[in-house]
Amino acid sequence: MNDQKEAKEIIRELMEKHYEDAIAAKKNGELIGWAASNFPQELAECLGLNIVYPENHAAAVAAKKAAPEYIAQAEADGYSNDICSYARINLGFAQLKTCAAQELPMPDYLLCCNNICSCMVKWYETLAKELKIPLFMLDIPYNTSYEVTPSRVEYIKEQFKLVISQLEVFTGKKFSEDRFKEVMEISSASGRAWRRAMDAMASTPSPMNGFEIFSYMGLVVCNKSRKETTDVLNQLADELESKIISGESSFKGEEKHRILSEGIACWPYLGHNLKTLGQYGINIVGAVYCKAFEKVYSNLDEMAVEYATVTNCVNLEKEVKMRTDIIKENNIEGMLVHYNRSCKMWDGFIYEMERRIAEETGIPIVSFDGDQSDPRIFSKAQFETRVQSLSEIMDQRKEARKGNR
Amino acid sequence: MSKIDELIKRFKEIADSPDRYVKNYIDETGCKAVGYFYYAPQELIYAAGMLPVGVWGGNIELSAVRSYFPSFFCSVVQTSIEMGIKGKFDYLSGIIIPANCDSLRTMGQNWKVAVPQVEFISLVQPVNRKTEAGVKFLLSEYVEIKKALERIAGITITDQALNNSIEVFNKYRETMRCFTSVAQNYPEIITPSIRHAVIKSGQFMEKTQYIGLVKELVAAIKARPIQAWNGKKIVVTGIKMDSPELFEIFEDNKIAVVADDLAQETRQFRSDVLLAADDPMERLARYWATLDGCSLLYDPDKKRGDMLLEAVRATGADGVLFCMTKFCDPEEFDYPIIKKQLEESKIPHVYVEIDLETGNDEQARTRIQAFAEMV
Repeated sequence: MNDQKEAKEIIRELMEKHYEDAIAAKKNGELIGWAASNFPQELAECLGLNIVYPENHAAAVAAKKAAPEYIAQAEADGYSNDICSYARINLGFAQLKTCAAQELPMPDYLLCCNNICSCMVKWYETLAKELKIPLFMLDIPYNTSYEVTPSRVEYIKEQFKLVISQLEVFTGKKFSEDRFKEVMEISSASGRAWRRAMDAMASTPSPMNGFEIFSYMGLVVCNKSRKETTDVLNQLADELESKIISGESSFKGEEKHRILSEGIACWPYLGHNLKTLGQYGINIVGAVYCKAFEKVYSNLDEMAVEYATVTNCVNLEKEVKMRTDIIKENNIEGMLVHYNRSCKMWDGFIYEMERRIAEETGIPIVSFDGDQSDPRIFSKAQFETRVQSLSEIMDQRKEARKGNR
Repeated sequence: MSKIDELIKRFKEIADSPDRYVKNYIDETGCKAVGYFYYAPQELIYAAGMLPVGVWGGNIELSAVRSYFPSFFCSVVQTSIEMGIKGKFDYLSGIIIPANCDSLRTMGQNWKVAVPQVEFISLVQPVNRKTEAGVKFLLSEYVEIKKALERIAGITITDQALNNSIEVFNKYRETMRCFTSVAQNYPEIITPSIRHAVIKSGQFMEKTQYIGLVKELVAAIKARPIQAWNGKKIVVTGIKMDSPELFEIFEDNKIAVVADDLAQETRQFRSDVLLAADDPMERLARYWATLDGCSLLYDPDKKRGDMLLEAVRATGADGVLFCMTKFCDPEEFDYPIIKKQLEESKIPHVYVEIDLETGNDEQARTRIQAFAEMV
């Protein structure tokens, strides 16, 4: 056991390999696609396409503190600072074409999917025009009703077929039903392994420092249809389950408080955020991503429904349910909300969501202003004050509960 | 008072206080009114015997909406919700809110909580508009909207009623294209603010009544001799341009709006609902596929810039004004590419940001003056 690498290390290596393989493929003259993080990876995997994910890249660039140069380029080209910073970093990169912090091969085509936001459509439309390359669009309509309507499932499935045939023509590669079944199985197995790993956080104390979710999710975004991803996620789940038994955790110190982290990570300040929460013994034991990547399905209808029920694609009531479920299942005492300046889809109904979550669960909810990758928005002082106040409220509640016993 | 002055006065009154017109209409006819945003199928509302009322926000101080949206959301969305919370749309029996951008997606969700007295009617239009699957999906959305409208109106919308409604709206569109093309030759009569008032009032008025008045106006203007215009001529592009301050700046600087590419104006009547099918519902669904040239309409070729250049050529305009609705990210994505296209074609342009709550930015006057001197 000791000579085997930990899942964490393997995940890091797989992510490095993901970029290295794409860069090598580009050098070999193969076609490269840039894809939206929620574009069904299964389709690309079946066709054996070389895909990279600008959202993942932008997050990596921001985490390595290299975002300002690309943001400045996009803004100099006329893109407003009101636009999503992932889009700005990527549009800046599309001009500069190189990034020492994380190289990314330039695309020959684009795969867009708008289930997570409408901003994706404008971003990819702009790339298609600026780079003069084809764009394959998969429209997953927003769900204003609680369940995905049959007409939506039908529309999405028709587009799966359309996108597949368009990609066959463009890339010259053939789609095979058998391979598709196989890929769906692998993807679902990855989904189940991810769920098992995330379920481990329901244990008190959690065997994991919740910030690790942010480093693991990249692999699910980029490579969930691969066998090695399923394997390493299962290994991660195994490791976490044995830590529960042995009482170990990657969270340093006593886990005094268990919170839900709401919103995309504030990548440029991840280290600072981790340290600040750590000071108060606050561990993240839930995020809406935990549920978002649990996709399990066995046919096209189910796959369409899974892709249509991701966060930001569902209505207010379902968004609330996704969170209250995690809060209840994972024994969560507080919620820390990132008002992410980049994400209007997320911010647009978070206020009402907070009111409903507070009403249903009674947990304290505290927020801070920031941005997923533009470092100019976040304020360390504000974050520290807000976390302190969340910690104090949670302490008081804990004392009150003790007193009531 | 001349015929032209009389008509203009009427249009201005309605454009300035649409509430009064709509409430009177409801009182006098006993009909209901239903609101809509952007490219919702007004024909369905009209076919149900109700009055379609365009909702484009308005000049109102924001307070209650702050509990629903952070400050950096577009003012069409924010001021509309604020007005809704303050009861300013209580005369509407429902409102169709589409989901073309993230602000609109979340607006619908907030509306049902913040303005429960005005029924939220959902509309999600397909991004892949030009595919058969997209048309079929939109048809299914329209079927649900039709049911909701029938329930509200207490009647069944027959095919005949819908076909008639489509004809009325096609007539409206044709009349408006005629108005804008005639108006561009009479900038001294149809000033930018009058042009806007005439077009805007059409979004509240009963359509046949409105068509009649616009036709009278067109006939009356055409009876006048065309005079040489010694000012500047521009084309405006954006979501909407509804700012009295801007109109004043234009008029002070002798700037005529000879064509517009605004979602609230020309994009509403640029093309007709075609006879693409026997079923009128399908005709409406196919209409969405024929629209182009708006930041809310998916288009990987981004033809909007070319369409704008064509409008400049066709009208002999001296330049373009990009009227940016503050915090409108679809427009913000379109701007740099259009800017580049205008520069490549050596067409002067000026960028102005507008906010319905606070008015336009203070530098607008200086910038527009400089632009007018340059062209």
